Amino acid sequence: MDTETMAAETRAKRPIRWHVGVFLAPAVLVYTAFMILPLFGTLQLSLFRNIEQSQVFVGLGNFRTLFGDPNWSVNFWNALRNNVWFFIIHMLVQNPIGILLAALLSSPRLRFTAFYRTAIFVPTILSFVIVGFAWKLILSPIWGVAPHLMDFVGLKSFFTPWLGKEQYALTALSLVSVWQFVGIPMMLIYAALLSIPDEVIEAAECDGVTGMAQFWKIKLPLILPSIGIISILTFVGNFNAFDLIYTAQGALAGPNYSTDILGTFLYRAFFGFQLQVGDPNMGAAIATIMFLIILAGVCVYLFLVQTRLRRYQF
Amino acid sequence: MKTKLLTALLLGTSILGTTGMALAEDVTLNIESWRGDDLTIWKDKLIPAFEAKNPGIKVVFAPSAPTEYDAALGAKLAAGSAGDLITCRPFDKSLELFKKGNLADISSLPGMDNFSPVAKAAWQTDDGKSSFCVPMASVIHGFIYNKDAFDKLGLKVPTTNEEFYAVLDKIKADGTYIPMAMGTKDLWEAATMGYQNIGPNYWKGEEGRAALIKGEQKLTDPQWVEPYKELAKWKPYLGDGFEAQTYPDSQNLFTLGRAAIYPAGSWEIGLFNTQAQFKMGAFPPPVQKAGDTCYISDHTDIGMGLNAASKHPEEAKKFLSWVASPDFATIYANALPGFFSLNSTPVKMEDPLAQEFVSWRGKCKSTIRSTYQILSRGTPNLENETWVESANVINGTDTPEAAAKKLQDGLDSWYKPAK
Repeated sequence: MDTETMAAETRAKRPIRWHVGVFLAPAVLVYTAFMILPLFGTLQLSLFRNIEQSQVFVGLGNFRTLFGDPNWSVNFWNALRNNVWFFIIHMLVQNPIGILLAALLSSPRLRFTAFYRTAIFVPTILSFVIVGFAWKLILSPIWGVAPHLMDFVGLKSFFTPWLGKEQYALTALSLVSVWQFVGIPMMLIYAALLSIPDEVIEAAECDGVTGMAQFWKIKLPLILPSIGIISILTFVGNFNAFDLIYTAQGALAGPNYSTDILGTFLYRAFFGFQLQVGDPNMGAAIATIMFLIILAGVCVYLFLVQTRLRRYQF
Repeated sequence: MKTKLLTALLLGTSILGTTGMALAEDVTLNIESWRGDDLTIWKDKLIPAFEAKNPGIKVVFAPSAPTEYDAALGAKLAAGSAGDLITCRPFDKSLELFKKGNLADISSLPGMDNFSPVAKAAWQTDDGKSSFCVPMASVIHGFIYNKDAFDKLGLKVPTTNEEFYAVLDKIKADGTYIPMAMGTKDLWEAATMGYQNIGPNYWKGEEGRAALIKGEQKLTDPQWVEPYKELAKWKPYLGDGFEAQTYPDSQNLFTLGRAAIYPAGSWEIGLFNTQAQFKMGAFPPPVQKAGDTCYISDHTDIGMGLNAASKHPEEAKKFLSWVASPDFATIYANALPGFFSLNSTPVKMEDPLAQEFVSWRGKCKSTIRSTYQILSRGTPNLENETWVESANVINGTDTPEAAAKKLQDGLDSWYKPAK
């Protein structure tokens, strides 16, 4: 028998591979039912409007209201601006600190690494409600420990009720969020640093590249892809953020909407608040815009950044 | 294992089914409510009192969580499984249910004439022609003060603005107490306990509120800006870091005896009675000049209506008539001090603080919160904006005039009063 007929025979004999479908089915079904359908449902909802108790198709009317009516657009741009600031703080504070912590943790001379690693990661698994409430208490001018601690070191005069001041509240909350999530970039970078082969490090040492120079010239380029992943995760997470602001500042995101981000803006529009009756259609329009912003960000990353990252194969 | 579970389930349903049959000759009415806190009061006091007088009718109080109530009720009404009696939120939320045909018109219910027009306004159509819920209770705004602190500092209860600030100055000068326990962090304290508390004295209660709805007055008129000017003056009397002080913080500051005056709603009475270790008193919002008519915010908060799809409308109406009676009012107001009956027949209450609050009804004119009826239907929502702006005024972010202008501009953008 020559090879060709043998191949043909196996092709004919090969049974339909049911198991592939069977194994994929749960994930596909669950993902479709709970992610894809609702996503399209939201997109559809944003094209309708409730007029006289019935849903009427209005095309892009809701988006025109969102951007054209100052009652909506002022709030929207304010929320977007705040959200960008929220993201900038995370990029400038959370990720560098994450990298720094990972670099320290991966240093072979450091003792109790496992303890530090766990301690820094624990806040990440805490519920937002606990984090929001705990920090509200810590920073409380009445019962909080923050004023007392600052008093100890003679910095009492620098204490202000941060969460109640328009100019500080958002930054304070961003830093709380950084505190909570710094464990994630730390873990990812830590894993990336550990995966750098010893040979590379040894070769660097032979060439006289040690200490800080080694980090900047050898390790950092090797973990750049991980940093890219972290940036995009931070971006998606920040533009979907809602819980922390809601638990710490309430749905009106005070003072004077200074901590209002897209998530809280969406919440108020969709579900309503106090006497404000919810408007699911406008809410869906905001959700659609949020989706597009995140989609655009992810596309920029995938097509412009990721393709240019150099990967090293060991 | 599975069959056992199944038999257990079947058994369970059959038992439940038979109990249902056993009660078949009795009519069972279900009450939908968000007041889970009141469960024992309903079960031990109110329902037995009604059932004793009306044999053959059983009543079940079935509350759901306050935050879920509106959504859960909407779903149940749509599915036809909602209870016969529905606890009503004031104004638009209930009006919407009435317009959808979920609540029956009960304008002609015996007992409805026990209520004043202001009391009924929260559950009427805009033209006031049909009523759809029996008013149950209202909350009154004013100031609760620490009597011990007042005695120690030799202070008299203020009745005019001038006296009010004199008292605050004295407390501040003494330094033992924070003059006033209020924060702006949660926003609504500033609006509800601040603006809506002192405001009626300036806009003359119902007169101003009605004129605002008719479009004859604007929020930028002096009588609406003046309360904001007063709020701005409160700032120096609030505690350190009031910008980040939350509502529970304020409550605790007062009940721990660290603050002397608490801008309040009467719903605090129950909690304060159990927590505060000192004597308390209350005074109504001070008037501008001695001898001025005083106005108080006596805000309708809770009512009860009839599910239009109820299978036992006659029995349910009987129950509602009882809710409208002075009997119900007496039990309810005494069980929940601070939630005052809206019944025109005066109700005898035991709690001295509650008595003090309700006594103002005799000497002052009552009104409801200015933003609740009709004016909070559009975007931007006037009530929510009032929260934000009241806090801004106290924080000094906005001047009273700027705040009023923002509110009026927001209102003008969607509200066109019928001329």
